[in-house]
Amino acid sequence: MSDDNILVQVEDLHMYFPVTAGVLRRKVGDVKAVDGLSFHIKKGETLGLVGESGCGKTTTGRSIIQLYKPTSGKVLFEGKDITQLKGGELRKTRRNMQLIFQDPYASLDPRMTAGDIIGEPLVVHNLAKGKALKEQVDELFRMVELEPRMRIRYPHEFSGGQRQRIGIARALSVRPSLIICDEPVSALDVSIQTQVITLLMRLREELNLTYLFIAHDLSVVRYISDRVAVMYLGRIVEITDSDELYDNPLHPYTKALLSAVPIPDPAVDRQRERILLTGDVPSPVNPPPGCNFHPRCHLAVDSCKEHVPELRNIGGEHWVACPRVG
Amino acid sequence: MPEKVLEVKNLKTYFYTDEGELRAVDGLSYHVNKGESVGLVGESACGKSVSAMSIMRLIPYPPGIIVGGEIFFKGQDILQVSEEEMRHIRGDQIAMVFQEPTTSLNPVLTVRTQISESLELHRGMNKEESAKEAVTLLQLVGIPDAEKRVGDYPYQFSGGMQQRIMIAMALSCNPELLIADEPTTSLDVTVQAQLLEIMGNLKSQFGTALIVITHNLGIVARYVDRVNVMYAGQLMETGPTDAIYGEPRHPYTMGLLASVPRLDLPRNRKLSVIPGLPPNLARLPKGCSFAPRCSYVTSRCREERPELEEVGPDHYRACFADVRKKKDK
Repeated sequence: MSDDNILVQVEDLHMYFPVTAGVLRRKVGDVKAVDGLSFHIKKGETLGLVGESGCGKTTTGRSIIQLYKPTSGKVLFEGKDITQLKGGELRKTRRNMQLIFQDPYASLDPRMTAGDIIGEPLVVHNLAKGKALKEQVDELFRMVELEPRMRIRYPHEFSGGQRQRIGIARALSVRPSLIICDEPVSALDVSIQTQVITLLMRLREELNLTYLFIAHDLSVVRYISDRVAVMYLGRIVEITDSDELYDNPLHPYTKALLSAVPIPDPAVDRQRERILLTGDVPSPVNPPPGCNFHPRCHLAVDSCKEHVPELRNIGGEHWVACPRVG
Repeated sequence: MPEKVLEVKNLKTYFYTDEGELRAVDGLSYHVNKGESVGLVGESACGKSVSAMSIMRLIPYPPGIIVGGEIFFKGQDILQVSEEEMRHIRGDQIAMVFQEPTTSLNPVLTVRTQISESLELHRGMNKEESAKEAVTLLQLVGIPDAEKRVGDYPYQFSGGMQQRIMIAMALSCNPELLIADEPTTSLDVTVQAQLLEIMGNLKSQFGTALIVITHNLGIVARYVDRVNVMYAGQLMETGPTDAIYGEPRHPYTMGLLASVPRLDLPRNRKLSVIPGLPPNLARLPKGCSFAPRCSYVTSRCREERPELEEVGPDHYRACFADVRKKKDK
């Protein structure tokens, strides 16, 4: 499927982190953070990635941008495998992909001014200097609805929402085509979340951006994304377009996840089916065999313990990794 | 007339810092009936946690001090009782569950020791009895294999399990009022659902009154009977859950509800944005503290602080504007 329309193609991506023990740091196992992911992101599309903590969504984002060297698998960016790139080649490709982080308090250097933070990528990539640099930084400030005169302030002088805007401006500075948003609004207050979501959506239109939007808040993800992939323990269990996700969820985990999100309207919420999962998410060091959701699944049968289910197309853009549904 | 377990009257808790006087809670009044669950919602720094800490009399001094108001617990003003008496109330009759279970549990004591402590202190049990009771409590909050796990240390439990332990501890003395401060915020949604379900069951089983402090509007909609919406240390609107969500009458409540994405509504619904930032608590505006961000603002709002007025059965709001008129346009 080497379509011109596809910006990112991830093929059978695995990302294992070694677990070591003892003074000799012997390897005793792997944390299977990402365990065989395949998906694509189309140009101009927003793909949402949801799942609970430890399901591997952040690792997926970082493996795409090559902050982690994947254990195996391929990441094709504009048709080119970037997992083997090194040095200058890699840096050049990376310019096209930028990351927005969760915690606007931790991701900005406290000793740099806002202007320097936003301009830094332009300097690193040799894209502008002197007067042109200042002009571009001013333009970036305006783009994220901050005033350019704030350029001399330090991060601690900004509120959480403003800091996240600085993070966004910095990511935009090198004119990337792909932006990986890793929980960009979860640290912010409700009213500020909406401001940042609205900004991200406006920028997507204006600059023709493609987003990978990683978050645990299903309502936010569904709102901003065209398609949504649901992850559980390092694998995608269901991937479908955003409306279908709520109207017709199929995987038992997706259903449980959706039903756990209360709707802020008691009249509507009372009508909904509630599925309570029992137990906790198992450890990714020693995940259950077969379908790793089977110990918590009410549909599980014996064969679920043996075979890892493949993603199956059940019409349109809807794919599900469960042989018992659809 | 239902019996009031708690009544907060004109509570003022201020903090004295380098920036000046921070009015974290500024004239807050509300009540909680017996066996009722009340949600305290609002964004960060709106004073919801500080008001809870004031009820527990756990405001660190300095810099914080309760400068005015009354807090009646079962008819007695607990701001007037001695620290010694307060210790008998705290943990025994009013219990609290905090946001971060990992930092609230003592890492070097077993779960058994931590649960037993208040049982021995408040209920006068001996070691044997309290150890047995600890197991029962863990079973109550759904910890599997409780007999064995009671001897474990907090780090051996997941975040969700740790929060269950916190709830078990809070319930150990059968409190009449349980205050849960963002009890599920650091937890995953499926675990959050499990825990809130447990807390709801306990409420109906033991008749414990519950104050849930959260910024999550969904949790409130699903789990509480009455909602208090706070902004900048003051109550903006209070009423039965269905009324607050079905017919919000304060511009801040309306703005909050219209600004969150909802799973059940069409994706192309445009979210309305509340412009601006919450005010600096050291420099609150003269009139209504929401006025600078409010779309219904008039000159009166900037001069005068609105009092709570009744707008429906048990439904009050602090606002001058006729919000229904503009909506119809």
